[in-house]
Amino acid sequence: MNGTTLSRPRPMANAWGTLHSFFGELRREPLGFIGLMLIVALILVAILAPWIAPYSPSRQSLSEVLQPPSVAHWMGTDEFGRDILSRLIWGAQITMRTVLSVTAIVGPIGLLIGVTAGYFGGRVDAVLMRITDIVLSFPSLILALAFAAALGAGLGTAIIAISLTAWPPIARLARAEALIVRNTDYVAAARLYGASNLRLLTLYIAPMCIPSVVVRLTLNMATITLTAASLGFLGLGAQPPMPEWGAMISAGRRFMLDQWWVAVMPGFAILFTSLAFNVVGDALRDVLDPRHTKN
Amino acid sequence: MTDTKEILTVQNLDVTFARSAMKAVAGVSLSLGQGKVGIVGESGSGKSTLGRAIMRLLPPSATVTASKLTFDGNPLLSQSEREMRALRGNRMSLIMQDPRYSLNPVLPIGRQVAETAILHKGLSKSAARAVAAEMLDRVRIKDVARVMESYPHQISGGMGQRVMIAAMLLSRPRLVIADEPTSALDVSVRGEVLELLNELVTADGSSLLLISHDIRMVASFCDRIVVMYKGRIVEELSRLSDARHPYTLGLIAAMPDARHPVHRLRVPDRATFDATERSGSPA
Amino acid sequence: MSMIELQDINVRYHSGKSENHVVRGVNLSVARGECVGIVGESGCGKSTLLRSLVGLEGHWTGSISINGEALGPIRTKDQLRCAQMVFQDPFASLHPRHRIRRALSEPARCMGLPVDDARIAAALEEVGLPASFADRFPHQLSGGQRQRVAIARALIVEPPVLLLDEPTSALDVSVQAEILNLLSDRRDERGLTFVLVSHDLSVVAHMCDRIFVMQNGGFVDELSPADIGAGEARDAYARQLLAASFLEELA
Repeated sequence: MNGTTLSRPRPMANAWGTLHSFFGELRREPLGFIGLMLIVALILVAILAPWIAPYSPSRQSLSEVLQPPSVAHWMGTDEFGRDILSRLIWGAQITMRTVLSVTAIVGPIGLLIGVTAGYFGGRVDAVLMRITDIVLSFPSLILALAFAAALGAGLGTAIIAISLTAWPPIARLARAEALIVRNTDYVAAARLYGASNLRLLTLYIAPMCIPSVVVRLTLNMATITLTAASLGFLGLGAQPPMPEWGAMISAGRRFMLDQWWVAVMPGFAILFTSLAFNVVGDALRDVLDPRHTKN
Repeated sequence: MTDTKEILTVQNLDVTFARSAMKAVAGVSLSLGQGKVGIVGESGSGKSTLGRAIMRLLPPSATVTASKLTFDGNPLLSQSEREMRALRGNRMSLIMQDPRYSLNPVLPIGRQVAETAILHKGLSKSAARAVAAEMLDRVRIKDVARVMESYPHQISGGMGQRVMIAAMLLSRPRLVIADEPTSALDVSVRGEVLELLNELVTADGSSLLLISHDIRMVASFCDRIVVMYKGRIVEELSRLSDARHPYTLGLIAAMPDARHPVHRLRVPDRATFDATERSGSPA
Repeated sequence: MSMIELQDINVRYHSGKSENHVVRGVNLSVARGECVGIVGESGCGKSTLLRSLVGLEGHWTGSISINGEALGPIRTKDQLRCAQMVFQDPFASLHPRHRIRRALSEPARCMGLPVDDARIAAALEEVGLPASFADRFPHQLSGGQRQRVAIARALIVEPPVLLLDEPTSALDVSVQAEILNLLSDRRDERGLTFVLVSHDLSVVAHMCDRIFVMQNGGFVDELSPADIGAGEARDAYARQLLAASFLEELA
C-alpha cells in the first residue's frame, strides 16, 4: 500500500540468498576479492605443503646458516640453515589449523550462549551475559597466556586458550540478533502453533543469527592469527622445532639487524594473513549484512 | 492548464533504473500552479519515484529524462547538485512518510526550526528561537517549550509532521511534495496535518503535490487527482465521480463502502485495463 | 453458546513505580460464526487485547474462554489450536529462510497433525495459490501472496476462531479486496468466528457484524455497519473517527 517499497531495507532472506552469488558481488569489491584469493591460496599452500615446500622444514644444514635470499633459498635460511620459505609453507598449516580449530570451537559456543540468552531473557540472560562480561573484561592475550602457562605450552593449549577468550563477542552479537528475532511475528505465529522452545531456538532463531556470526567469525580470524603468533612469539604456543610463524620471529629477533630476513619473512606472512581475513570479513559484511549495504 | 502562473512544468518525464528494462515512470506530463494536486496509485505505480525525480533525489542508478522539467523558471535537470541543494528545503520541500527520518536525529527540534529561521530570515539566534516557538505554536503544538528541547526520536509521527510544516512556514517553499505524509499517522491526527498543509499552501499561494495510496483522502483534499498506473498517468480528474478509465473505476470499486454494503468486493481485473491501455484509451 | 467470552480483562505493565494500564476492564462476547471488529488508534490497547486473547500475552487478569473452555495465560497445544492469528505485516510474519512448504507444514507438525504434499497443495489452493508455490521462499512472493500464505498457515490447524490484526493495512486497495474476499469465503465455508482489529472503518464495516470502538484501553462505543454507513455514533470519540475517515467520498 505504501509507495516506499524501494526504500524498504533488504530482507534478511535475500542476505542468505545472496550467499551463492557472493563471488559475483565480490567482483565489485576488488579488495575483498584479493583477500579471498589470498586466503584460498594460503589454504592450498597449507594442504599441499609436503609437495610444494622445496626443503624439509626441519632439515638443518650447518654450511648454509643465515644465508640471505638467493635462487636456492628464496627467502634465505635461519640460524640452523633451515630454508625459511619451506618453514613458512609448513607454518601456514599450523596457522590454518589454529584459526580453523578456534573458529570451529568458538562459533557454536558463542551462538548457543548468545541465542539462549537472547531468546529466554530474564534470569537466564542475566547469568549468561554476566559470565560473558567477565570473560570479556580480561585482556584476551593475558588470559590466553595464563591458560597456556597453567596447562603447559603447546599448540593444543594455545588453541584452547584462544578459544576461551574468543567466544564472548560472538555470544553478544548472537544475543543482540536473537533479541530482535524473538519479537518478530513469525516467531509469535510459531508460538501459536505450539512450537517448543528447542524448536524455536534451533530452527527459527539461530538460522537468522548465522550471517552476522559468520561475518564476525571471519573478522575474528585476523585476531586469532595475531594472538596465535603472539603466543608462539612468547614461547607458549607451538614448540620448536615446529615452524610456527610467531616462534620464527622470536628466534629471528636476535639477528634482526644483520640478517633481517629471518624475522621479517614470517612477519610478512602474519601481516598478510590477518589483513586478508580482515578484508574478507568486511566484504562479507557488505554482502551478508543488510544494515551495511551501500547505497 | 490552470490560469494562474505555472510553478512546476513536467513534460514527458521518464525514469529508468539501471538494471531494469522497464521504465519506472514513463512519459509523465504534469503542470502545477497554485493549489493542491494529488497523485494516487498502488505500490509500483511510480508515484513516489515521480516525486523524487522532480526533487532530483533519486539514487545515481536512476536515469531521469524529460523534454521539459522546470520549476519556477529553473530547468531542474540541468541544475548542479549544489544548486539543487539550495532549491531543496528552500523553494521546494519534501515531506516524507516518517518525518523523523527527515529531521536531524542529534539536534533538538527547536534548534532545527530556528536554524531555518536564521537561514531564511537572517535573524539573530535569540530572535530565531522566538520565531521558531511562534511557528510551532501555529502548527498547534501544545507545550512548545518542551517540544523545542526534544530530539526527533522523542516525538510522535504526527508531531514530527507538524514540526516539518512549521519549518516550511518559515522557508515558504513554492512547491511542497508530500509523499504519504499521513499514512503513518492515526486517523484523528491525519485531519489536522492535512489542515495545516492546506493553510501552508493557501497562505503563500504555493503548490502542493500530495502523493498517496488513499484515493478517498486525495479526493476530499485535493483540487485535482492524478491517477498513475505502471509508471503512466492514466487519468486526471477533478472529482472521483468523473472517473472513466477502467483502472480508476476498478480501484474505486475495490474499496469497501459502508453505505453500499456488499458481500464480496469487486476485484479489479488487471488484464482488462492493461488491454485498454495498449489500445490507447482516453488518458 | 458464545464462541469467545471475555470478562473484565485488564492488562497492566509495571516498570518501576509507574504503571501502564493498557487494557481496562474489557467485556466481550462473540457468538459462533460472528465477525466482531475492534477499531481504535495506535496505543489504544486493541493489539494487546488480541494478543491476550490468543495466548501471546500473559499479563492479563480477568477471564477468557474460547469454545466453552476457560483459558489461562499459558496454553496447552489443544487450547492454542482454538484460535490462530493473522498478522499485519506480511513481510514480517513469515520466516525468511523457510520455504512455503515448511511454513505450512510446521504448524501441522507441531500440533501433531498429519501433513503431506497433498495437504499443503490443498492448503495453498484454499487461499488461491498454485501448489508450485510450496517451493518458494517468502521473498519471492508479493505482499498479497504472503498474506495468503499467512492465512493458509493459520487455517491449516483448523481453528474455530481466527484473529485478524490489521490483515490488509499493508496492502494495496485491489489486493485488500482479494484478501477480504478470501477471508469472507473461508468464513462462510468453515463457519469461522472472526475478531478483526483495524484502524480502517470501511474495512471493519464491510467485514463485521458488530464493531467496538476502543480508546485508552476500553470500549467506548458499539456500532453496527449501518451506523458507520450513516456516519452515526453515540460517543464523541467514535464520531471523530467517523468524520476523519472520508467515508463520504465514494459516490
